[in-house]
Amino acid sequence: MRVKSALENYLFVLPAIVIFVIFYIIPLAWVVQLALYEWDGIMPTKIFVGLSNFKEIIFADKIWWQSMWQAGYITLIALTFQNALAFLLAWACDREIRMKNFYRVIFFIPPVLSEVVVGLVWQWILDGNYGLLNSWFTHLGLSGLVRNWLSDPNTALSVVAIVHSWKGFGWGFLIFLAGLQTIPRELYEAARVDGANAWSSFKNITIPLMIPVAVLVSMLTILGTMQAFVLIIAMTGGGPAYHTQVPVLRILASMRGSSRFGYACAQGIIFGLILVIISFIQYRFSKKARQYQ
Amino acid sequence: MRKNHLALVLGSWFIVLGLAGCAPQDNAKGASTLTVWHWMTDREPAFKELAKRYEASTGIKVNFELYAPSEAYSQKIRAAAQGENLPDIFGILGEKRDFSSFVKAGHILDLTPYMDANFGAWKNSFFPKALAVNEFSAGNSYGVNVGIYGAPIDVMTIQMLYNKDLFKQLGLNPNRPPQTFTELLDIGKKISAAKMQGLVSGWGEVWMIDCMANNYAFNIMGKDKVLATIRGEVPYTDPGWIKVLALFKDMQESGVLANGLVTMVNKTAEQLFANGKAVFAFNGSWCVNVYKGMNPSLNYGAMLPPKASDKFPMSIWGGAGSSFMVNARSKNKEEAVKFLKWLTDKDQQVFLAEATNNLPANKDSIKKIPEILSQFASVMDSTTHPSVWGVSEFSPVIEAFDKGIQSIIIGEKTPEQVASEVQKIKERELAKKRK
Repeated sequence: MRVKSALENYLFVLPAIVIFVIFYIIPLAWVVQLALYEWDGIMPTKIFVGLSNFKEIIFADKIWWQSMWQAGYITLIALTFQNALAFLLAWACDREIRMKNFYRVIFFIPPVLSEVVVGLVWQWILDGNYGLLNSWFTHLGLSGLVRNWLSDPNTALSVVAIVHSWKGFGWGFLIFLAGLQTIPRELYEAARVDGANAWSSFKNITIPLMIPVAVLVSMLTILGTMQAFVLIIAMTGGGPAYHTQVPVLRILASMRGSSRFGYACAQGIIFGLILVIISFIQYRFSKKARQYQ
Repeated sequence: MRKNHLALVLGSWFIVLGLAGCAPQDNAKGASTLTVWHWMTDREPAFKELAKRYEASTGIKVNFELYAPSEAYSQKIRAAAQGENLPDIFGILGEKRDFSSFVKAGHILDLTPYMDANFGAWKNSFFPKALAVNEFSAGNSYGVNVGIYGAPIDVMTIQMLYNKDLFKQLGLNPNRPPQTFTELLDIGKKISAAKMQGLVSGWGEVWMIDCMANNYAFNIMGKDKVLATIRGEVPYTDPGWIKVLALFKDMQESGVLANGLVTMVNKTAEQLFANGKAVFAFNGSWCVNVYKGMNPSLNYGAMLPPKASDKFPMSIWGGAGSSFMVNARSKNKEEAVKFLKWLTDKDQQVFLAEATNNLPANKDSIKKIPEILSQFASVMDSTTHPSVWGVSEFSPVIEAFDKGIQSIIIGEKTPEQVASEVQKIKERELAKKRK
């Protein structure tokens, strides 16, 4: 009877396991297997190359590591500028201000827009010849600021990072707002009765209670930004030269441009491992933050 | 209760089986239907019209299925090849190496017997250069059996274009485009002084830079030396290559190149040129249709890139624009070949040329085309294409070369630095190949 019941239970979870194996485990195993081969994605035969794809990425592919650094830079901008903006706006909307529901909707518009559309609109705004931004600068008598924002290696990456932050701050805003609304109002009232001013309340109540939320937002920001590429394709295509290349673009270049599927899989594995390590560090940090709380 | 459990379990299984039952696409829909996959958005209405005409005359339905953009199409074709789900007729985008992989994997039918039948009637109807792109000759480096593996439906050339009205504004003769590189640089100075935009092109998509660089490599060093470089017999640090790279520095410094060219996609370049905002463009003959759609009154001419040397003739990329291949595993391959023969026949080619403003691949159809198209067609003898060279450069080398040119244009690297970096990558790839 117990055996029958156990069998029935297994039958219940079997569909989920089958789906998980078909759509997650088998493709992952295939990616790992392909990473050990040289394959163009068309030929039925593959050449076994062992770990040489990994060796080439780690020791010889300078552009890959440049793209990692650049993704790190965009992530840094997102972690600081984007999340600070998200938090400040959420904090403002959590207070008793007029039209706060309107602002909540407005601030959440950029994340729901298509990345391609956002990229193309910003490309148009930032165009060196006929862009809106340069046109404004000229009209304001600031011709010295006019430049090819997306074609200049000194500005391209920063501009892409800022547009990415503009596009993504709405998610952080929403999560921060939800977090702020869970803070009991009584805490602020008690603090006020005890003579605390606004800054003391913010420093001693809001910030400590928001740390777990900030850790979560940071984790999502890092994982989302490191994998960003659609916006970059639409704005610069990874150029000029390699100045806005990010890891996902390199993986695409290996797969589509060079027809090196095995190499692209190896890049994907290395990139995935780096993200897992970052997530693990974040997880440990978030645990510590909870303990602190 | 137990019955409910059983029903739930069975229900779950039906869902799983339903999801897993994504059976391979059956492309053998019987000889009365042919399926064609393509990426050519601009030609879709003309293809549909031709499909109707073919069905009316033969009773065979032809489904043209459009998958755009071209990147998505390329991925679809590769995925279908892996799953052996290719349609009866399809096109291949990419390098000759990719084409050869499809042939070697047995996905493409050798059309040589059909081309040679009736004393080569089908073969002789094409421009030889259009056919050459689909041909693998004896001793080719790809290891493909000798044969013709595709039928070209149109031809293209990639040239420079100039805006005649802007030429007049610059005080230049609109009927005399620059003949030499020095003349081009002089015009660049005038463009710069007049605060106009010079040359626009899709140099954000690096293959178009590669195209222009190869034009000048052929002009400065000749075909043999270029091919010797690809074979690894001449280094990229050779003075000839440095001279080619230096041309881009010269163009940038003279003001010939438009601002923001290194991240410009071809669509943007086409919009700028069509709207009279750029003096020069570097584009393929497909642009005639694009410009016509954007600005029918655009007054422009086509020209060969001005030569930088008198030692060798200027060569431009050209040949087959788009080609169709027959799936060697299709049950309908004989019908597919018949359809391709019909599609590349004079009447259909004239219709396609008129409807899409592309140069027809059938040489008998070229008599009734607009003047600007005939300017493109007139330089067919000067064309070459990596697909007919018999050797392919390594993709990482091509990327390093093209990105290096972008670095030269933005003033980040010198031609010598780029040449040295490209050569290092070349040596790395050659060493890998020797292993």
